Amino acid sequence: MSKKIVAMTGNHAVANAMKQINPDVCAAYPITPSTEVMQVFASFAADGAVDTNLVTVESEHSAMSACIGAAAAGGRVMTATSSAGLALMWEMLYVASGTRLPIVMQVVNRALSAPINIHCDHSDSMGARDASWIQLYAENAQEAYDNIIQAVLISEEMDVRLPIMTCMDGFIISHSIEKMELLDDNEVKAFIGDYKPHFPMLDVENPVTYGPIALQNFYIEMKRQQVDAMESAKQVILDVGKKFGDSFGRHYGFFEEYMLEDAEVAFVVMSSAAGTVKAVVNELREKGHKVGLLKPRMFRPFPAEEMANALKHLKALVVMDRSDSFGSAGGPLFTEVRSALYGVENAPLAFGKVFGLGGRDLEVHHVEELFKELDKASKTGTIDKVTDYITVRV
Amino acid sequence: MSDESKSYKVLPIGGLIPKAGSSHDYNTGTWRSSRPVHNKDNCINCLFCWIYCPDSSVIVEDEKFSHFDYDHCKGCGICQFECPTKVKAITMESEDKYR
Ligand code: SF4
Ligand code: SF4
Repeated sequence: MSKKIVAMTGNHAVANAMKQINPDVCAAYPITPSTEVMQVFASFAADGAVDTNLVTVESEHSAMSACIGAAAAGGRVMTATSSAGLALMWEMLYVASGTRLPIVMQVVNRALSAPINIHCDHSDSMGARDASWIQLYAENAQEAYDNIIQAVLISEEMDVRLPIMTCMDGFIISHSIEKMELLDDNEVKAFIGDYKPHFPMLDVENPVTYGPIALQNFYIEMKRQQVDAMESAKQVILDVGKKFGDSFGRHYGFFEEYMLEDAEVAFVVMSSAAGTVKAVVNELREKGHKVGLLKPRMFRPFPAEEMANALKHLKALVVMDRSDSFGSAGGPLFTEVRSALYGVENAPLAFGKVFGLGGRDLEVHHVEELFKELDKASKTGTIDKVTDYITVRV
Repeated sequence: MSDESKSYKVLPIGGLIPKAGSSHDYNTGTWRSSRPVHNKDNCINCLFCWIYCPDSSVIVEDEKFSHFDYDHCKGCGICQFECPTKVKAITMESEDKYR
């Protein structure tokens, strides 16, 4: 195995992964900050570095529609989008998952309008959390690269057959240059293997109907199948993460536990913000505080039981959401985590903080302040407010 | 269809129908509010009705009109409209009369 260490933006890393995956079809429409993924990939296509049929369409709705058609035809299919682009795909997201088509989509997380904003938060992909797409989140360019390669195998697994979004933070990761390792082309090729389509429409010897109507007599059965598919995805994600780790040295599971085992209080936060929190955890550990971090990698399917097991020994935890579900009992991650802890004996106190909307920076001092709240909660056994915002002017 | 009694565990995923010609099993005739009725005496066997029927519900035998397939005829009335004015060998009758 030849290690190739490079300096790359998240977008370039993903485009390079796509080149190595060499999908049959990519249909995409440009939107900031994901534009560069397809721009770089398009230059690979123009140079003949891939065999991909690159379909330039007139909207994201059409992009996802073309992906669905190509996947039903029997192709290995990929695309990328952000924010309003993902929102415009909404209708087709459900068609892709409901038709059980393995499509891999890089989502470069960006806030939704209005007011218009091009910077990072998770309101785009979190809004799609009920669309029956698997969702993986990356902390950095390396994880984004590794995730999208694994996503191909996860999505295509016969017991899963669900589309998958691999998410990374807009600009913070997509446009920042980081040191990372590129795998060898042949290693990626061998890892993902050949695609075996399921009832491809282009197999004219075995005709199949895609997208028929299913009313009271069949619809709910199809939805119930999707629940099983999500359940199966959990083991597949573990298996693929292990296979990846055994092959390339970086192991992946449902979440990363960072100094969590002996911690008394902890942060739960996804994506790039986890990097900032790790720095603060290091600093606090040096001062003797028993603090840790759980960084979810997989949000759909949500590993409720496993996460509860990893968190149950804590006295207090704070869940940090980079998106809000307005009028709900908390941000999407908080409500999932707190629900996972329900019924757990001596469950830790849990509170939620929404942060960083529209790209507002999460700084070290914000995390240090949060630690003070955690510390107080663990000592007093009470919390002031179940949910609140940080990084906001009050 | 017998699939209607089957568990979600054994049904094909994603609503796929991995078998050709299954629409024959689907009885679209139940949607009909009026039905075409054929008058053999007026018919000149031009087979316009057969050409135009969107549901292949005009059955032809020996190059002659034979009968309507009422299991699949949706009662759209296209056959009646297309039947030449001079003969008008098809009339649409309310389905109530046949219930
Ligand atoms: S269109 Fe009229 S005349 Fe021609 S075959 Fe049909 S019923 Fe007979
Ligand atoms: S009424 Fe319509 S569906 Fe029925 S036989 Fe005539 S053309 Fe065909």
